Amino acid sequence: MINSSAQKTDAECFTVPQHTTIMGITMDDKVKDLMGSLGRGRGSLIPLLQRVQSEFGYLPRETVAAISDALVISESEVYGVATFYSEFKLKKPGEHTFKVCMGTSCYVSGGGTLLSQIIRRLGVRPGETTSDGKYSLDAVACLGCCSQSPTVVLDDVIHGNVTPSTLESMISELENGSEAL
Amino acid sequence: MRRIKDPSRLEDAKAEAKASWNSLFCGDRPIVCTGMSTCGISAGAREPRDLMRSLLSEEGLEAKYVDVGCLGLCYSEPLLYIKKPGRPMICYGNVSPKTARSLARSILINDESGDSALGAIPELSCGEISSIPSIWEHPMLKSQVRIALKNCGIIDPENLGHYIARGGYAALAKTIGITPEAVIEEVKTSGLRGRGGAGFPTGMKWEFCRKSKGDEKYLICNADEGDPGAFMDRSVLEGDPHAVIEGMLIAAYAIGCTQGFIYCRAEYPLALRRLEVALQQAKDAGFLGENILGSGFDFDITIKEGAGAFVCGEETALMASIEGKRGMPRTRPPFPANAGLWSKPTNINNVETLANLPSIIDKGGKWYSAFGIGRSRGTKTLALAGAINRPGLIEVPMGMNLRQIIFDIGGGVPGGKACKGVLTGGPSGGCIPASNLDIPMDYEAITQAGSIVGSGSMIVIDEDTCIVDLARFFLAFTQRESCGKCTPCRIGTKQMLGLLEKITQGQATNADLAKLEAVAQAVRSGSLCGLGAGSPNPVLTSLRYFRPEYEEHIVHKHCPSMACSGLTSHSIDQSKCKGCGLCVEACPVGAILGDHKKPHRIDQERCIKCGACILACPGKFSAISKRSGAVLEVA
Repeated sequence: MINSSAQKTDAECFTVPQHTTIMGITMDDKVKDLMGSLGRGRGSLIPLLQRVQSEFGYLPRETVAAISDALVISESEVYGVATFYSEFKLKKPGEHTFKVCMGTSCYVSGGGTLLSQIIRRLGVRPGETTSDGKYSLDAVACLGCCSQSPTVVLDDVIHGNVTPSTLESMISELENGSEAL
Repeated sequence: MRRIKDPSRLEDAKAEAKASWNSLFCGDRPIVCTGMSTCGISAGAREPRDLMRSLLSEEGLEAKYVDVGCLGLCYSEPLLYIKKPGRPMICYGNVSPKTARSLARSILINDESGDSALGAIPELSCGEISSIPSIWEHPMLKSQVRIALKNCGIIDPENLGHYIARGGYAALAKTIGITPEAVIEEVKTSGLRGRGGAGFPTGMKWEFCRKSKGDEKYLICNADEGDPGAFMDRSVLEGDPHAVIEGMLIAAYAIGCTQGFIYCRAEYPLALRRLEVALQQAKDAGFLGENILGSGFDFDITIKEGAGAFVCGEETALMASIEGKRGMPRTRPPFPANAGLWSKPTNINNVETLANLPSIIDKGGKWYSAFGIGRSRGTKTLALAGAINRPGLIEVPMGMNLRQIIFDIGGGVPGGKACKGVLTGGPSGGCIPASNLDIPMDYEAITQAGSIVGSGSMIVIDEDTCIVDLARFFLAFTQRESCGKCTPCRIGTKQMLGLLEKITQGQATNADLAKLEAVAQAVRSGSLCGLGAGSPNPVLTSLRYFRPEYEEHIVHKHCPSMACSGLTSHSIDQSKCKGCGLCVEACPVGAILGDHKKPHRIDQERCIKCGACILACPGKFSAISKRSGAVLEVA
């Protein structure tokens, strides 16, 4: 099983000893599988990183050597690209992810307050995951849904015209849901 | 759809598409259309639609359901249009599950009493609608001219037949019948300028690339709409993806490109999905691929999904990203027209620019250039948001003045508050003050006023928005998104942000303000790309129009808009508070303390200044207030 990476920095995630298997599956095979019809070379790097991330929810350290081999580019270049784009995560995200839109329209209509509310309520900072691995929080640039601002995305479902009280009920629903289990 | 091998078969396909369009909209079944763009979905459009469907099918009524894109009336979303047999298509706004129930009932008993709502949609009605006001008479739509948006909210974006029935791909057939030079000439005549922000004449840009030497040329559609506050391109991609594909085909033919890319940001999952569907349909129908419509013209399109970097909207950074590199801009020359993607001649156009092309070719460049003023011809789509009664997506002729846009179309500022100004051009633009709203929507006039037209975002702000805090917000954005390649932007934005934070926290001096201006000028003149060079604009423009507000923060440590959280606090008047506890329940962070029936107190450490307590406090007590200045607990 993959070690918990919640407390590590991006750089540390990339310097852990190299493993090439996750739960017994060889990453070379897994990456080859995900490559599908993508060609070799740099042009395929971002699409491949996207496929790996959509498979695992992040880019596990274990996949990097395999990506670098498959595309014939160095691991440091893979790291360079993975850390440039905000979409890519080197740490395992929480069970639930809140994305709070910080576009201009959401900001002027109270998005900042919603962000502070999640920070206080769940004890998690933007870009981080709670230590129990339950919640991740991201402050994202404009989602292009400005007419319904402020907006919050919870686990890929977009909610418009969010108020502190509707956000509170979203949070308590998650918390109560997990107690019931 | 069958493969269409030559222009004459396109005519047949159109006749077929029109017949099935008519049988749908003139048939004897009720039709329910739902505005299912991201804005409609986030407003909750799924719920009333699904409820309607289950209510009607319970009664054994088989209605037709069509999901359409965004009509632009985002303020009254969710939008449902309903057509009863023999009646016009009526548009209903703010549809809740409750209204869905009553609408379902009215369909079942064929009741005509609710047949006014927001208006009738003539395009989707079969024949006469004269008894009912047309939706195009709605105050938000009346003065619009819809060219890029002509199909948005009218057709099912995932149905190629709908696009063809409305005249789609006729411009492609016309294009391949004339020479590439003639196509370029037509676009030059139209006066179309790049709608992504720079405003460079499109025809001229194509000519450079056409004349550039190279055996292989690329065409890129820039769909990396990253400006916060902009959603024009998203709406076009979600509402009418084939218009963008047809626009790309016209551009590719004119320039001589064989391969195209659509670089679309990952934050737009629905736009990406609809593009994929549309591309496959276009391939199957023979509009993409080899020997298009039997003309010998080959062209194909690949989607490239962005990965979350604002700077990739800049063309050289975008190309670096497609090449699989860190998306960092480079110096020009060489210009992309000579050495772009993989060093081959490349032409990049924005989504809206491309979506205008089918109509320009269809109706002629002269027709298009009849709209607009001066050197700004045609129309511009604008995303209205912020403190405005009718936020949404609009398209107006260039030259309409900002006051008309905000007050006539947008309905002005809600809550009887004063309009403070409008932000145009996103983080590279600035705030044009309310006193200056009589200027026209024109590239040159807006630049003269200290802002830019940019991609078309317009965010209206009222008296509650602090201009200094807003400048800080934009700098926080550009600082975070700075790619770090050039020093003025990397270090300058950081310094500007630090100074703005000092001001909004009441810790700055007049010397800091002078330093802020000096750094802003340096970043403007020294940055490598437009994003860096434009980043000081929000500061410089707000200093030009709102300097006293900066001085108020610095000298009196006071935020006149009560927005800077470092300079404001909420407090409870102990003599007015009756300890009813409503504020305690309302507070999302448990910051209000006190025993029942005894005056409460706010823990300033925990308070996030959301104002929920002020709303919760009964009007007869009005014990809670927000103030700017020192934190006070009124005894």
